[in-house]
Amino acid sequence: MEKLIQEYAEKLPEKIISDIIENMPAGTAAAKQKKIFEAVYNEYRSSLAEPGESVGILSAESIGEPSTQMTLNTFHLAGVSEVNVTTGLPRIIEVLDGRKTMAATNMEIHLKSPYSEGKDVTVVASQLRETPFESFVNELDINITNASITAKVDVKKIEDAGSDVKKVIKLLEKGVKGYKFSEEKGIITIKAAKEDNINDLYKVKEAIKDIYVCGIKGLKQVIPVKRDDKYVILTSGSNLKDVLKLEFVDETQTVTNDIFEIEKHFGVEAARQMVINEINKVLDNQGIPIDVRHILLVADAMTSSGSVLGINRYGIVKEKPSVLARASFETPIKHLVSAALTGEVDTLNSVIENVMMNQPVPVGTGLPNLVTKGIMNPDHHHIAKEDKKAKAK
Amino acid sequence: MVEDFIHKKVGSIKFGIMGPQFIKKMAHAKVVTPELYDKEGYPVDGGLMDVRMGVIDPGLKCKTDGLKLKETPGYFGYIELARPIIHIKFVELVLDLLRLTCKDCGRILIPETKIKEIKDELDQISKYGSDAERRNYLKEVVAGLKTIVKCPHCSTKQLKVKIEKPTTFLEDEKRISPIEIRNRLEKISDSDLEVIGIDPVMARPEWTVLTVLPIPPVTMRPSITLESGERSEDDLTHKLGDIVRINQRLFENINAGAPEIIVEDLWDLLQYHVTTFFDNEVSQLPPARHRSGQPLKTLTARIKSKEGRIRHNLAGKRTNFSARTVISPDPKLEINEVGVPRVFAMKLTVPERVTEWNMEYLRGFIERGVDEYPGANYVVRPDGRRKRITDETREQLLEELEPGLTVERHIMDGDVVLFNRQPSLHKMSMMCHRVRVLDGHTLRLNPAVCAPYNADFDGDEMNLHVPQTEEARAEAEILMQVQTQLISPRYGLSIIGCNQDAISGNYLLSQKDFKVSREEAVDILMAIGETEFSRLPNKKEVTGKEIFSVLLPTDLSFSAPNKNYKVAPEDPESTVVIKKGELTQGVLDKNNLGDGSGLLLRQVHKLYGPEKTVVFLGKIYRLGIEILYRLGFTTSISDTDLTVEGEKQVKKLVDDAEKKVQQYIKDYEDGKLEVLPGYSAKETVELRILEALNKARNDAGEVVTDTQIHSNTTDMIKSGARGNIINMAQMSAVVGQQDLRGGRVNKGYQGRTLSCFEQGDMGSKAHGFIKHGFKDGLEPSEAFFMAMTGRDSLMDTALRTPKSGYLYRRLANAMQDLKIEYDFTVRDASKKIVQFAYGEDGVAVAKSEGGSINVKKIIAETINA
Repeated sequence: MEKLIQEYAEKLPEKIISDIIENMPAGTAAAKQKKIFEAVYNEYRSSLAEPGESVGILSAESIGEPSTQMTLNTFHLAGVSEVNVTTGLPRIIEVLDGRKTMAATNMEIHLKSPYSEGKDVTVVASQLRETPFESFVNELDINITNASITAKVDVKKIEDAGSDVKKVIKLLEKGVKGYKFSEEKGIITIKAAKEDNINDLYKVKEAIKDIYVCGIKGLKQVIPVKRDDKYVILTSGSNLKDVLKLEFVDETQTVTNDIFEIEKHFGVEAARQMVINEINKVLDNQGIPIDVRHILLVADAMTSSGSVLGINRYGIVKEKPSVLARASFETPIKHLVSAALTGEVDTLNSVIENVMMNQPVPVGTGLPNLVTKGIMNPDHHHIAKEDKKAKAK
Repeated sequence: MVEDFIHKKVGSIKFGIMGPQFIKKMAHAKVVTPELYDKEGYPVDGGLMDVRMGVIDPGLKCKTDGLKLKETPGYFGYIELARPIIHIKFVELVLDLLRLTCKDCGRILIPETKIKEIKDELDQISKYGSDAERRNYLKEVVAGLKTIVKCPHCSTKQLKVKIEKPTTFLEDEKRISPIEIRNRLEKISDSDLEVIGIDPVMARPEWTVLTVLPIPPVTMRPSITLESGERSEDDLTHKLGDIVRINQRLFENINAGAPEIIVEDLWDLLQYHVTTFFDNEVSQLPPARHRSGQPLKTLTARIKSKEGRIRHNLAGKRTNFSARTVISPDPKLEINEVGVPRVFAMKLTVPERVTEWNMEYLRGFIERGVDEYPGANYVVRPDGRRKRITDETREQLLEELEPGLTVERHIMDGDVVLFNRQPSLHKMSMMCHRVRVLDGHTLRLNPAVCAPYNADFDGDEMNLHVPQTEEARAEAEILMQVQTQLISPRYGLSIIGCNQDAISGNYLLSQKDFKVSREEAVDILMAIGETEFSRLPNKKEVTGKEIFSVLLPTDLSFSAPNKNYKVAPEDPESTVVIKKGELTQGVLDKNNLGDGSGLLLRQVHKLYGPEKTVVFLGKIYRLGIEILYRLGFTTSISDTDLTVEGEKQVKKLVDDAEKKVQQYIKDYEDGKLEVLPGYSAKETVELRILEALNKARNDAGEVVTDTQIHSNTTDMIKSGARGNIINMAQMSAVVGQQDLRGGRVNKGYQGRTLSCFEQGDMGSKAHGFIKHGFKDGLEPSEAFFMAMTGRDSLMDTALRTPKSGYLYRRLANAMQDLKIEYDFTVRDASKKIVQFAYGEDGVAVAKSEGGSINVKKIIAETINA
């Protein structure tokens, strides 16, 4: 068996070999084993895609055709109105577009034991949520006589959230410049450093409400959810960098659906995997069967340049070598003009240019060429001569 | 016989800018007058319709090549512009160049040392990098240059150059005339241009300031003669007329020594006309209009957008030898056949080359001619001249018939054609079928191939194309025929299988108690095209299973669960067993005969190949339908009747659910409802209500299943032919909660959905729960809620179609060049590797089983072998 595995390791993909090992009944005779490997290898060989197969078009069709059946609606995660989840066609478009800003970012934060078993999940979750100053304030007034703002804060609440009043004041100072903050018995007084008019004070009063004091920036809403015996925290908004720093977070499983964030922190291979996962998630959700190979190819096409490119005129299409292929997609004039300036040469290597020229396309049966000695008709001899002359020049 | 054509191929296309010399060299006429025709209506020499630039009138001949209308390609002309004009499409470039180069010495504002650096880098990129990388690098270079104020070569201080759109350049608030601009651009040396990525051979920058304007050939701007005999000129001709007119006036004024201000004004006007000639949608300019007020369609508009030259004429092709009409079903056809009306067959032709051996055969077609089927329409000589066969020409054509000629004969049974239905979303939308010429006026297809085409017969139309060369026919047959497309490359399972009546029929046929006399069995087999009855048992009565077995391959052994297996695994009839080509046990249904998994079909395909599968599928399809012909099969309203007991149970279910809802509401109002984590009280109550009502509907479904009386409708549901239990429950029991945007219906008036409810009513009825079945009828408010969700889903579809269409176009455009190379890597057009093995293992989805290789099965087969 070992020998066989070694022998076929080069010929068969890992997955198939492990499948064979898994399914091989115990005590199979060596001769039978060899036969099985042989049979699987033959089957594998006959299932290989042929050279010239235009797999790109195949993938595009496989994803494009069922996309008409997907739903348009975005859903609220488990019915909670603040947590939006983009699914269906809009999500597919978003992912394939390579959009930097997304309609709804979400994280799925996995926890380490014992939190994952449910210990203090709600507390942990509330520590994650981005909390503005407003939620710690009991009273917020403007004292017109001495032109100051007084805020009565709930000190205990602040401390519960893992912070203290001094830290809060520091953050506030950062948020609104040119104001002095002082604290006494849970009352924060805010005064202008210089002379100030009351109108500005009103603005400051509104501004400090939204200043974030604790939690993780960007996580607008957090919901602990039980999933297969384990608690995970779903969030609206995303901040991978800060979340992964937390010690109770299982950094091996925690993910965000923001592909660019993934790319930034984990590199392009991770981003590629994310593209695949995200598309698969939508397709599973919609119950549309598409083979992974198509999604792999799209993801590879998007990321093979080393960074995530969208499937649009600013991404993949822009990188095409052929002028006509770019021009045939969108903004043709722009491409023609810039091609003229740089004296670009279109070598007609891809499909669309040859369609335009009415020539066979270089895929499938158009790929093979035949070199023969032609019989030149004497009537046309002068043309050949002229050709030679032109070449000599 | 060797053809005397020289086949040439376009190898590459080089882009560049036309300089004045080039324009003059390629031009065949100089245009000097805006007049078009003289009094006789003959094109004026030196006018815009000059016959040297091609002809568009019958009877005239082009002076350049002496060819007639439709033969001459047309030739360019030119006009000498009185003053230089900036080309609107190159304004950005001109601005960049003015900013990047010294106004005095014309050198680029980079020190000599750095120039070399940049050039080296560029060489590196062009050697190893892509064009896109090169473009990006150049962009960086240009961007990094904009702040330099002093020329490093001659130390002249540089002034800030601004642009006042669209075409005015300012330097320190003073206008730079196009003459000055042209002079400056001329000064830039070739080697400096390379640094900023401009090819000085193909595109000298001063060529972007026009001194000579090419006039496009007459043939590309033909005039239309209206019914009244009036001529209506093309938009381009109009625009060119304006240009020539103003240009002449400008010449005259300059020569007459008119004041500078008048000359300037005319110059600006000329600039405007030339600009709108190139692009009539420049944002800062008012578009040039017809007298009627509609904007002119000038050069840019001709090229771009879906209706433009590129996407409409170059990327989109049109064909002859094609047909289109309404389709209708015909299960008596083979799966890979298409029924073609005789009138179509007599217009669509296949060229057949005459040889010594088929001369007599083809002679017959010519003799029958155009009006008799199967005849021929044309005889084509080797030089390409076509002669139509008529009563007058027939004799002569028959006499001249000799090897080497081609006869275009009518299509006949067995000819190869392509069949297509739009939208052509995947490759199975265009498949190759065999012709079957039939009476009638519709194109006919076997309903089993509806799925890949996504066709139905409510008025759908389809297209038919007849391939005209041997290569095309061979490719169509080998790559596109229906049997080669059985397995979808999308998910690796079959997309063609039995559907609807074919499933119902086989379901009924394979029932345990199905028995017919042997005579009738033979009759049935005859009717479906099976003439081999020897396998039918020789007894008075035969069972349905025995009839089915006749169609099975003799050595097929197979066993698989059917739809009923999940419900009753112990029932022997829930497992289909075939032993040595004999169906011994089990009821056939969608799981075994349908598309998708279609277990039996898949096995046949695996073991016997596509050809046999298609024949087999065709036979069982017809068998199913034949059975229904004989049994009679219909559905009636009474099929949806519930038993008294069932009705009682449904009523109780609904009442209980409503009571539960009331309880939830009461709890909510009293604040006693236990709030779910992460939700508000309001959300919780909504969720609870939804849950209770949906449960009621599902339970009702079960009641219907349990109490239903056996009928044709239930047979259809059980066999998977059509409909499901929810459809049934909605008809006979309750329609259930209407789902609008992921929840109960909550839209409408303030505090209520409809004015017949009280404000704040949270009850089931007021938020879209329909407690009646369709058969009982809906209350007005219920019908209204149904209409709401109906409208919502219509809207969804209408909004989705263009979105997904655009996504598809983008995907197809981005990925069309990816193909598998001979080394089995996936590469794009520039041979850049995208994947080292397709899909990481190199397996083609359409050749696999659901995307993978079934190792288990191979092991089992090898061990048992």
